[in-house]
Amino acid sequence: MTPLAAIIRRDIRVALRVGGGALIGVLFFLTVVVLMPFAVGPDLKLLARLGPAILWLGALLASLLTLDRLFAADHEDGSLDVIVMSRTPLELACAAKALAHWLAAGLPLIVATPVLGLLLNLDATASLAVALTLLAGTPALTFTGMIGAALAVTLHRGGLLLAVVVLPLSIPVLIFGVAASEAAISGPLSFGTPFSILCALSLTSLVIGPFAAAASLRHGLD
Amino acid sequence: MTLTDLANPSRFLVLTARILPWLAALTALLLAIGLVQSALAPDDYQQGATVKIMFIHVPNAWLSMFVWGLMSVAALGTLVWRHPLADVAAKAAAPIGAAFTFLALVTGSLWGRPMWGTYWEWDARLTSVLILFLMYLGLIALWRAVDDPSRAARAAAILTLVGAINIPIIKFSVDWWNTLHQPASVLRIGGSSMDRAFLVPLLVMAVAFSLLFVTLHLAAMRNEILRRRVRTLQMLQASGRAA
Amino acid sequence: MALGPYASFIVMSYALVAAMVLILIGWIGFDYRRQKARLAELEASGVVRRSGRSVGDLG
Repeated sequence: MTPLAAIIRRDIRVALRVGGGALIGVLFFLTVVVLMPFAVGPDLKLLARLGPAILWLGALLASLLTLDRLFAADHEDGSLDVIVMSRTPLELACAAKALAHWLAAGLPLIVATPVLGLLLNLDATASLAVALTLLAGTPALTFTGMIGAALAVTLHRGGLLLAVVVLPLSIPVLIFGVAASEAAISGPLSFGTPFSILCALSLTSLVIGPFAAAASLRHGLD
Repeated sequence: MTLTDLANPSRFLVLTARILPWLAALTALLLAIGLVQSALAPDDYQQGATVKIMFIHVPNAWLSMFVWGLMSVAALGTLVWRHPLADVAAKAAAPIGAAFTFLALVTGSLWGRPMWGTYWEWDARLTSVLILFLMYLGLIALWRAVDDPSRAARAAAILTLVGAINIPIIKFSVDWWNTLHQPASVLRIGGSSMDRAFLVPLLVMAVAFSLLFVTLHLAAMRNEILRRRVRTLQMLQASGRAA
Repeated sequence: MALGPYASFIVMSYALVAAMVLILIGWIGFDYRRQKARLAELEASGVVRRSGRSVGDLG
């Protein structure tokens, strides 16, 4: 098995274990979505109107929460140093870790979306539209979030700094994700355009994220 | 004096010590001229006297973007060319840039109330500048989070460059978001060409604020160099005691 | 100079800008004095720079 495949397998296994972060992410997603009606009021029409936004915000915050563990766990037991020093290019190793993180933590969020859509009075088309935009957009969240995780890996209170640094970077993804969902649900405007921009953001982050994260790790760990 | 001379911190300190008083005096002079011109500027037929806020709002807004650009160049200096003073330049610029961004937001808000009837509006320009302000704060937090100055510099350099990519994306995406959800209601100030009566004070103030930035930046860089010397000596002293 | 019905906004804007600029100048100036003081103190306690030059010397 190639080193990269090994990284992916290992990361997924670790994440799926208890305390590994994957399922906790979904739980947090559920908590956020449940909190909203308490704050906003039980008016079903209002919740349906806000639905895509609430789901996107919940997914964003949930992935932020789990990003902390992306490099921190490896840093704690020393395996991060091994990864940095190995012959596999660090950029590819970072990409592999991010992919594993998305598979373990991002996909469950997407699967949970139609169910949570029910809580927010979203109909089937709406929920599926949001799930589709999350499918296209959560890679961007993971790969750009990885940059913040790499910058914060050696710091004690890194989690908070990570959040502060990653949120401005995630805003365009949020904007286009919600815009595409709204367009699919109610808009006269086409779904295609914001959706393709969302895909473009994800694809760009697939390139920039690993390079920036690898650079951060190299500079942060020496 | 060549660029390589400037790379030496000690030479830099000498140069700065000589230049700063002149820069400060020139800045004060231009600010004074700009203020007088702003006071004497006529009222706009639409906005009345509140157009005078433009003379301090626009230079701050322009500088908030320019400073991030400057920090990006410094970031390249740190990461690519390893220029010794790049770290110092970047660290010193961040709080000043944040201050200008804050002023741009506040003066813009105070200008917006008479003009649009509201202190805040979630349109493309305001939102982008607010996010820029948050990014400045995040960057400053990163600078302070890492103890070792050169490691902090490299982390900050990466974040600065990633932020530089993000700024046009945000501006563009918020433009798009506005088009989808609410029609843009930003009034265009002055149209395509501004009357000379307003353009001249604006340009004078722009130059004055730019000089103000350069003065403050050089002074802050000087402080940062001194701070690093203090740190080195403290470490020497501590290791001397321990030995 | 007649500032019209929104005079308070105009005055407030200029006042805030002036205040912030003064704060920046004050903070940078104060920091400068603090660093010089620390350097003098360290030199007085006998710590020497690698280059052998005086720390307070700006050359």
